[in-house]
Amino acid sequence: MTFREFLKNNIVYLDGGMGTLLQANGLKPGEYPESWNISHPEIITRIHKEYYNAGSHVVCTNTFGANILKFRQEELETLVKAAFENAKAAREQSSAEIGDKKQEKFIALDIGPTGKLLKPLGDLDFEDAVSIFARTVKLGVKYGADLIFIETMNDSYETKAALLAAKENSDLPVIVSNAYGEDGKLMTGASPAAMVALAEGMGADAIGANCSLGPKQLKGVVEELLCNASIPVILKPNAGLPKLENGQTRFDVMPEEFAEDIAELIQKGVRIAGGCCGTTPEYIRTLTQKTYGFVPCPVTEKNITVVSSYTHALKFEDSPVLIGERINPTGKKRFKQALLENDMDYILSEGISQEEKGVHVLDVNVGLPDIDEVEMLKNAVCGLQAVTDLPLQIDTSDVTAMEAALRRYNGKAMINSVNGKKESMEAVFPLVKKYGGLVVALTLDEDGIPENAEGRIAIAEKILETASDYGIKKKDIIFDTLAMTISADNLSAMVTLEALNHIRRKLGCHTSLGISNVSFGLPHRDAVNGVFFALALENGLSAAIMNPYSADMMKTYYSFKALKGMDENCTEYIEKAGIFGTAVKEPVGMNPSGNTKTAEEYKSELQKAVISGLKDKAGEITKELLKSTEPLDIVQNEIIPALNVVGQGYESKTMYLPQLLMSAEAAKSAFESIKVFLSSKGKKSAGKGIFVIATVQGDIHDIGKNIVKLLLENYGFDVVDLGKDVEPWRIVETVVKLHAPLAGLSALMTTTVPAMEETIKQLRLRAPWCKIVVGGAVLTQEYADKIGADKYAKDAMETVRYAEEIAG
Amino acid sequence: MILTKSYEAPPFCEKEILRYAGCKSEDAKLLRLLRACIEEVKDKLAYKVCYRELPITIAEETCDFGSFTLYSQNLAKNLKDCKTVIVFAATLGVEIDRLITKYGHISPSKALMFQAIGAERIEALCDAFCKDIADEKRKRTKPRFSPGYGDVPLAVQRELFQILECSKKIGLSLNDSLLMSPSKSVTAFLGLTEDGIDEEDEAYKTVKGKREMNKCAACMKTDCAYRGV
Repeated sequence: MTFREFLKNNIVYLDGGMGTLLQANGLKPGEYPESWNISHPEIITRIHKEYYNAGSHVVCTNTFGANILKFRQEELETLVKAAFENAKAAREQSSAEIGDKKQEKFIALDIGPTGKLLKPLGDLDFEDAVSIFARTVKLGVKYGADLIFIETMNDSYETKAALLAAKENSDLPVIVSNAYGEDGKLMTGASPAAMVALAEGMGADAIGANCSLGPKQLKGVVEELLCNASIPVILKPNAGLPKLENGQTRFDVMPEEFAEDIAELIQKGVRIAGGCCGTTPEYIRTLTQKTYGFVPCPVTEKNITVVSSYTHALKFEDSPVLIGERINPTGKKRFKQALLENDMDYILSEGISQEEKGVHVLDVNVGLPDIDEVEMLKNAVCGLQAVTDLPLQIDTSDVTAMEAALRRYNGKAMINSVNGKKESMEAVFPLVKKYGGLVVALTLDEDGIPENAEGRIAIAEKILETASDYGIKKKDIIFDTLAMTISADNLSAMVTLEALNHIRRKLGCHTSLGISNVSFGLPHRDAVNGVFFALALENGLSAAIMNPYSADMMKTYYSFKALKGMDENCTEYIEKAGIFGTAVKEPVGMNPSGNTKTAEEYKSELQKAVISGLKDKAGEITKELLKSTEPLDIVQNEIIPALNVVGQGYESKTMYLPQLLMSAEAAKSAFESIKVFLSSKGKKSAGKGIFVIATVQGDIHDIGKNIVKLLLENYGFDVVDLGKDVEPWRIVETVVKLHAPLAGLSALMTTTVPAMEETIKQLRLRAPWCKIVVGGAVLTQEYADKIGADKYAKDAMETVRYAEEIAG
Repeated sequence: MILTKSYEAPPFCEKEILRYAGCKSEDAKLLRLLRACIEEVKDKLAYKVCYRELPITIAEETCDFGSFTLYSQNLAKNLKDCKTVIVFAATLGVEIDRLITKYGHISPSKALMFQAIGAERIEALCDAFCKDIADEKRKRTKPRFSPGYGDVPLAVQRELFQILECSKKIGLSLNDSLLMSPSKSVTAFLGLTEDGIDEEDEAYKTVKGKREMNKCAACMKTDCAYRGV
């Protein structure tokens, strides 16, 4: 019988702890347990055999840390081979001892975490992680695994990398288990429901929890898994927690209590059970005896439409979902400019401010004819996932870009979109199947958009049918019945709503609309949009792609929820009512510390705002000023003098760094108003020159670099920010390509200064014209001279002064 | 065996945070910024430590920890008189790194504040852990000593990470350049001396009091921007 067949109708018992038993047998601190496959095969085989004899259907090979980061390839292969030989020998010995008529015996390739944290939190690239796992998976397949057990993962992204590697390199069943903390979440933040969404979406055979805690503490996690998963749930806890007792460390849950706790959860629905750290064959024996004769709970289809991020799952239920539409260049000159300039900060702040407005999902569309959309979409998705935990909707018609983004996405994404055309479904559905996702399906096909509701419904039915051929469930499709402007066709909104209503109520599928399209070409669009939104909600709209800055839309949304009984005591409505469409005002009239002048003495409101570090106010005043004043005059007569006051204050130590930064941010906000003004006129401000900036390879600290960047921008430099952990060749290439006169390098650690030295060496060779300024905690004048920099800047202001001197 | 501990948040010290942020005095605006940042981060921090006790023998200036040895004059001096040492790793978790990244894009002044809060928090966590160990073991502890400090090479991080299984125990990982992720983390040696604490021991109290007040005075790095004395 195969593992999948066996799992269908049985409770599956896994083995118990390995590491703790090896320690008891003499494994030294720091010694790799995997090396014992070769040095102590008899001990490994005996432990496996004892687990089979105790009733385990599955033993996991002693390969938890067997990966290419810890072992060379030949070593790795020898280890994995030996691990399987040991497990197979154990299986044979056990069959000889207890007979195998009654008990299935499988061998799982055990895969634990790499021990490295993935980018952006750590330094391991996602694709490198996939390759690392792929090597181990291939060896497992070669040496005879019956299934793959991905376990003890404390990060959703690494879980995804391992699962992807397993799926891409084998057809074996893959069961996935995570290590949850006492807060019921993974170390990097994912909830059990989020892990279900991710793993189930990618086709895992089971999902669960292991290690970290005892069965009692994992109860909540298991219950959350059970009510969300449509696949079997695994539980493989520790024997409680390690405690110090009379100088001896031992785990605090004994076999009897362990078995009782797990038995209770098997009755609630757990289908795969075993033990982790501190458990022994005795624990497994007690467990199998205690649960002997238990009828396995059926695994039921949960029919939950869900997307997820690296922290949480977002379910599509009664309460409608808001999808922010602002990350999209269509009709937005300033956004186009940001894309062309690769201005990631601008794109990311669009995401963050929509989150602050209360949207639940961010639509991400960065398609422009002149840019590399594949690279840009991937970077935007990764960048956004470093600053917001909202689920993303990947919005592109470029299938290559879609795949690149879906692959890197940490969670289960929304995908925008597929439609009823054969070509579209053939391109998109395989991606949905492979990476998981909730896909927006547009009700149009080769013949265009049907004019009546019946036509659109027929296309929806066709799409559902085709999706099902790919193994994609109805719950993973959300229909968009296409809102079109009523200025072209008076009845178009009614048709859209009729189709929407039918699909939601009769087909039982979720629905989505791009609301704003309905008013295209009309004046006061917000008014029409708001009412159309209300009508759509009443007709069963599950999600709206909308503008969260529109007060009309937000009013409609919160009023609708209050009216429909979705907002208990109208709490949410009352909370939001105060801020509909109005920005929160910052307090005014503060003075920077230690400055002898009072704010009143500065001649203008804008200067006061910049000096006092009032971000929103500085932006607003500038907007007003632009109605009557030339942009250049505002910069020269207002912003720069204000910045100089602050800069001098900082240099003379009457102001400190946080105050300098608050003023710089206020100035940036003023500059942003100017940029918007200029790009609406198709113009760009002339800068003082290009400054390429980066934190060098191996270093992931970028706060200092970001501070320098902000101040340089304030002083009119076009800063090209390459980010952190940047390879020397990338910096050189950028400097050469842009013929940049200035480059700034930052390093915080002594271990990364050699990377800085190497970068300087390469720059000297290929960009001899470029002046190089270095900074960072570890640097000194002496160090800077030694590695051949032109300038050591002790702080951000010094960099600005130097850059101005060079730019002359 | 490797043990783990979790702590409740130790009290925040605003003055210390401002010192890390490079402020030698405070005003209403700075305090408002600081308090807003504390409010935003305070429920997002973990205070986790994993540790194990190792034997220590010192010959000349080589410290022998059983499973590995380390040549260091400074550490040998620090651990003189110790028979056992606690090696530990402490972390605040990933959330503060996420906030620093987020505000690095939209508000560097806040990013700087979070950076400073992280520095103060991780030190406070280490203080709490070391005190806890001293009380639990009823032994005196030496000042904790971290890799990269004095003549202890940063490369010893590799050994510490291996014997502490930091990734599995507290979610802390070591990058190729020997930096830690999450960044607000500390590893250190904590020497235990054999004589137990005598609460009435006036001499100990003085030493302890002095050390707590004058952490900077004991430090060899005299050109430090944050040096308090």
